[in-house]
Amino acid sequence: MLAPVTTAASYLYRAAFELFERPMLAIQKMTGAQKIAWVFLLPNLLIFGLFTFLPIFLNFFYATSGSDRILLSERPYVGLENFSSLLACENYLDPNSCQRDIFWRAVHNTSWFVVLQVGFMILFSLVTALVLNRNIPLRGFFRSVFFYPVLLSPVVVALIWKWVLQRYGVLNAGLEAQGLPIVNWLVEADWAFFWIVFVSIWAHMGFYTLILLAGLQAIPADVYEAAEMDGASKWRVFSKITMPLLMPTMVVVLVLSLIRAVQAFDEIFVLTGGGPGSATLLLLQFIYETGFAFRPQLYGLAAAASLLMAAVLMVLTLLQLRAARGRGED
Amino acid sequence: MLRSFLTRTRGRGRLDLTDWLTFGYLALAVVLMFGPVAWMALSSFKTESALQEYPPSLLPLAPIHVEVEGYEEPLQLFRVTGGEHEGKLLAQVRRIGLMSQMVDPQNPGERLQVNINDRVPEREFALAVENYSALFERFNFALYFWNSVFITVIATVITILFNSMAAFALSKYRFRGRTFVFILIIATLMIPPTINLVPIYLVVSELGMVNSPWGVIWPAVATPTGVFLLRQYMLTIPDDLLDAARMDHASEWRVYWRIVLPLSAPALAVLVIFSVMWRWNDFLWPLIVLTRSEQFTLQLALNSFQGDLQTSWSNLLAMTVLTLLPITIVFAFLQKYITTGIAQSGVK
Repeated sequence: MLAPVTTAASYLYRAAFELFERPMLAIQKMTGAQKIAWVFLLPNLLIFGLFTFLPIFLNFFYATSGSDRILLSERPYVGLENFSSLLACENYLDPNSCQRDIFWRAVHNTSWFVVLQVGFMILFSLVTALVLNRNIPLRGFFRSVFFYPVLLSPVVVALIWKWVLQRYGVLNAGLEAQGLPIVNWLVEADWAFFWIVFVSIWAHMGFYTLILLAGLQAIPADVYEAAEMDGASKWRVFSKITMPLLMPTMVVVLVLSLIRAVQAFDEIFVLTGGGPGSATLLLLQFIYETGFAFRPQLYGLAAAASLLMAAVLMVLTLLQLRAARGRGED
Repeated sequence: MLRSFLTRTRGRGRLDLTDWLTFGYLALAVVLMFGPVAWMALSSFKTESALQEYPPSLLPLAPIHVEVEGYEEPLQLFRVTGGEHEGKLLAQVRRIGLMSQMVDPQNPGERLQVNINDRVPEREFALAVENYSALFERFNFALYFWNSVFITVIATVITILFNSMAAFALSKYRFRGRTFVFILIIATLMIPPTINLVPIYLVVSELGMVNSPWGVIWPAVATPTGVFLLRQYMLTIPDDLLDAARMDHASEWRVYWRIVLPLSAPALAVLVIFSVMWRWNDFLWPLIVLTRSEQFTLQLALNSFQGDLQTSWSNLLAMTVLTLLPITIVFAFLQKYITTGIAQSGVK
């Protein structure tokens, strides 16, 4: 069945080669065989330039200008007004005292989300990796059980759980059958927050489990054999051998998951829409709604908020680089 | 098989506490990880009225209708649970207030009166495939599917081409500024698109690509991850091979296309899988760029239907299942490559 597909693919592959061969040969005559490297780099650099490097600079222009116009030439310069309006707060622990109370609520929610989601996800990923690292039957199957949700799209993940958690959903039916009280999960603020943390752990823990599992399997077996020979207890083996040797991987996992958690948006936006009220509104949703979804579109405010988020991410990435260097030295 | 599964131990002949904890944990995990997906898949085959039911039934069930002599339309079958006809299977002719007029299908001549509280509908296992067919007839599913496929395929082809060209240049040539360019590309890992949403939108709109699939494709095709992955792999291809081809007057393009690309196939495969996954599941950027419903990808269509009160769960669930199906099939066949690819490169 696959034969015609592979034939067509190899035909296309050859056709593409011939399409570019002559022009590239002409270019090579001009540049020489070494400088042609730049020609190979060009498309990628062009895309990076247009959609990554240029936007970094533009972001500062947006953050320091006002109005709802997208064209920079039509936007009046307002200095640091966007930042000062975002940061104007009597008490940073109380969003209601802030000029942009929604922004601060988003900051609060995001901080809690990051701490809880990353903390519990690493805990569960570690336990799962330790379990999967044991000599268990059907290991490949169980590994894919945990990994499967990682591949699902955020929208699908959110809808799956929305269907389970709705007022007349299967979870409430199960609770009722056990004689337990039922809850309107996504309508009560605290429960909604619990579920966004839970669902995002559900969706992403397989990825970190996989990395931790690779880290565990990289620990040489003879270290364990030596410990067994010395009659070390299981707990001692875990705390004195497994954990120290796994630490570099743990740090990488920690930083990666922190960076992702700060930018959490998709599943939560579809699952709760930030609600009830703004109980599950996170930072990126604030940026999206301020800059795009709500009218007037406050591009300047959105850009200023993204730059604040970028500062946090920058710190986390530098931590990651240090951690990676630490791993390289081992 | 089950026996060996349950009794396998680590050579001590007896299951200890940690073994039991392991089995318990894994059993719970299977329920928790697969359960919700399976529940949704089962629910997607239920009719709208079955979905309204509470508490819900596990399997999709539909009321049974039977042909009864003397009646043109098929009649719905009920089991009587109380009153004088208790235990009988009767077909309902019509309902008048609290009473239901029923007949015994074996003896259609005689009309029986049953209180509606004394009867429950008889049901059988039936798949409501109309949930799925309605997606194509009324919901433009084929269009959204095509939009998603178009973006995924084109973006992946361009990603592979551009990233492998850059990786080739960075791994197989010595030129001034090579390290600088490499660091520059890796540095973009630090700048996720989420912090540049507004200016990227400006660039996309200046290029006239708002509400066009290209507005989703172009910003996504130059991935630092892809360049890094491919460069590391291409470094392991011996330069002698390339020099031998150059001796035979092969052009640089031929060296790249005919030697380096085929030899990088394993790394390219990993990047293809990643790219397909990224583009198929993309949400925030398409949400910003594509605002007209005829341009929606599947993810956007799902999102807009779930916010729309006109859309029933029966269609929404069917659409969700069809959206996760391609990824699930790919995963079922390639899961080994995907998991090892991710474990080795540490990217997603």
